[in-house]
Amino acid sequence: MAEKRLGEDTVLFSSFPSIIATATTVGKKEGEGPCAKYFDKVVRDPLYGEGTWEKAESKFLLESVRKALEKSRLTYDQIHFMFSGDLLNQITASNFAARELPIPFYGLFGACSTFTEGLTLGGMAIDGGFAQRVLVGASSHYQAAERQYRYPTELGIQKPPTAQRTVTGAAAVVLGKDGPGPFLTAATIGRVIDMGISDPMNMGSAMAPAAVHTIVQHFKDTGRNPDYYDMIITGDLASVGKVLAEDLMKKEGYDVSDRYTDCGVLIYKPDADTLAGGSGCGCSAVVFSSYFYPLLQEEYRRLLLVSTGALLSPTTYQQGETIPAIAHAVAIERNWPEGEW
Amino acid sequence: MVMAKLTREQKAYKEWADSRKPRPSLGRNIAVAFVVGGLICALGQGVLNYFISIGMSAKEAGGPTSAVMILLGALLTGLGIYDRIGKFAGAGSIVPITGFANSIVAPALEYKREGYVMGVGARMFQIAGPVLVYGMSTAWLVGLIHWLIHK
Amino acid sequence: MDFVYAFLLGGAICALGQILLDLTPLTPAHVLVLFVCSGAVLSGLGIYEILIDFGGAGATIPLPGFGHTLASGVIQEIEANGFWGIFSGVLENASVGLVAAVVIGLVISLLFNPKG
Repeated sequence: MAEKRLGEDTVLFSSFPSIIATATTVGKKEGEGPCAKYFDKVVRDPLYGEGTWEKAESKFLLESVRKALEKSRLTYDQIHFMFSGDLLNQITASNFAARELPIPFYGLFGACSTFTEGLTLGGMAIDGGFAQRVLVGASSHYQAAERQYRYPTELGIQKPPTAQRTVTGAAAVVLGKDGPGPFLTAATIGRVIDMGISDPMNMGSAMAPAAVHTIVQHFKDTGRNPDYYDMIITGDLASVGKVLAEDLMKKEGYDVSDRYTDCGVLIYKPDADTLAGGSGCGCSAVVFSSYFYPLLQEEYRRLLLVSTGALLSPTTYQQGETIPAIAHAVAIERNWPEGEW
Repeated sequence: MVMAKLTREQKAYKEWADSRKPRPSLGRNIAVAFVVGGLICALGQGVLNYFISIGMSAKEAGGPTSAVMILLGALLTGLGIYDRIGKFAGAGSIVPITGFANSIVAPALEYKREGYVMGVGARMFQIAGPVLVYGMSTAWLVGLIHWLIHK
Repeated sequence: MDFVYAFLLGGAICALGQILLDLTPLTPAHVLVLFVCSGAVLSGLGIYEILIDFGGAGATIPLPGFGHTLASGVIQEIEANGFWGIFSGVLENASVGLVAAVVIGLVISLLFNPKG
């Protein structure tokens, strides 16, 4: 069997796990942003016809799961595992969506890094021969996150320009052992990094070092350079964290400025509501699944997707703890890298 | 607020990151807070003048004026307007008593879905509670000192 | 003219709140607590009355005015009833605003849902 580990923190997928289909469902504000035309469905009602924000979030996820299955022309019994997570306490948006689905379920919490955490684990399940096809999902919801992490939605407060807006939206991705690509080729699993930021209204600064650590580790482990990739995409550092990440990368000796972007920057038109940009599990999930996935057939051959998560809770920041952060990187390529490993 | 102890490396990063973060536009924010807060108070003056004009003393009119302003803040919160004013005006709409009403109604609405006892009832003072706890305790202390000095 | 003074004083108190929010790590809840306590203390020192004489609603509508309402009630009750006025006076004048806030809050929560 081929070696599946490389360097310290990187795994190699040796059996061609392929992204067969993706689907996205997003809210109104996301549907007015620059990625608007790439989403499968834009739902203008933040309650999505349900009675609570939390139920609405589950429905966003379910809608995406059903759409992804429809696109991949698979039935539930052909999906061996579902990996999904969100920001709500006890990841209830995912749990309650999975309640409606006849698929064995793994619930994940990686805060906003959940999407690449799911892709990594899904890829491993396929590569290990434990599954033929898996579903990976991630969701977040602005109002549900606001009331849990910050203040009631109707409270009249002003946020600082470093604050980010939680993306309302969910993406679902079907991975399969057999497929035409694009393929997951490698993943670098992040470590939890805490650089002492404690302001929950400045998560970009808290997460940038974790993203940079994972990306640098990925280059060291694989021996690749930034120019191996057409684009390096972080999850939700937004405008504040993106600039810091770029500078931290330079300090580490890697200039990525010509091929680096961030989903938190891409998802919104900047305004007084979105401030520094988007955040949430849904952010990198919907931007990758709608905008970048099709581009892998056209413009891009190789992407490094690095979803970033801030691992805080309202309890920890009220107790004065700093914000630990994590980032997982997944290399996604149009063609299988022949004989390179 | 409790502050965590940081290592030297964390401190250095925090300083560097903080030095590079965008600042709120202070001049704009202060001007808007001044104007919006001032307008709310001028409106309050109008309500106060009305109660005085129907025969109340300035002191008697204080309570009813607060009640009217609270009703206004609560109604604008229920209609989903006060949070937008707050986003625009910051302290200009937080500090007046209409903001106090907003801080009571916003959690009452938000936690309605957890029921009227444990949701609305228990959470209504999520933000206003500390104001009452420390306001009442300070007033009590002021009274105690007043009693010690004057009685 | 009373409108102008109310506008100026009320605006100035709110502007001070904005400075605290933007330049210190204090959250809105911290600033409100600070303001209500300051109002009570200034009232005890006899300063808040002067502000009200100048600015009318500009001094009573912002939250320090609520602190004044609490403290002035205590002092009145002490003058009238002695020691136990320290306890009975706290909500003496504040009751109108407080009960209005609770009852109106409850009614609004019956009538409306959060819009998000």
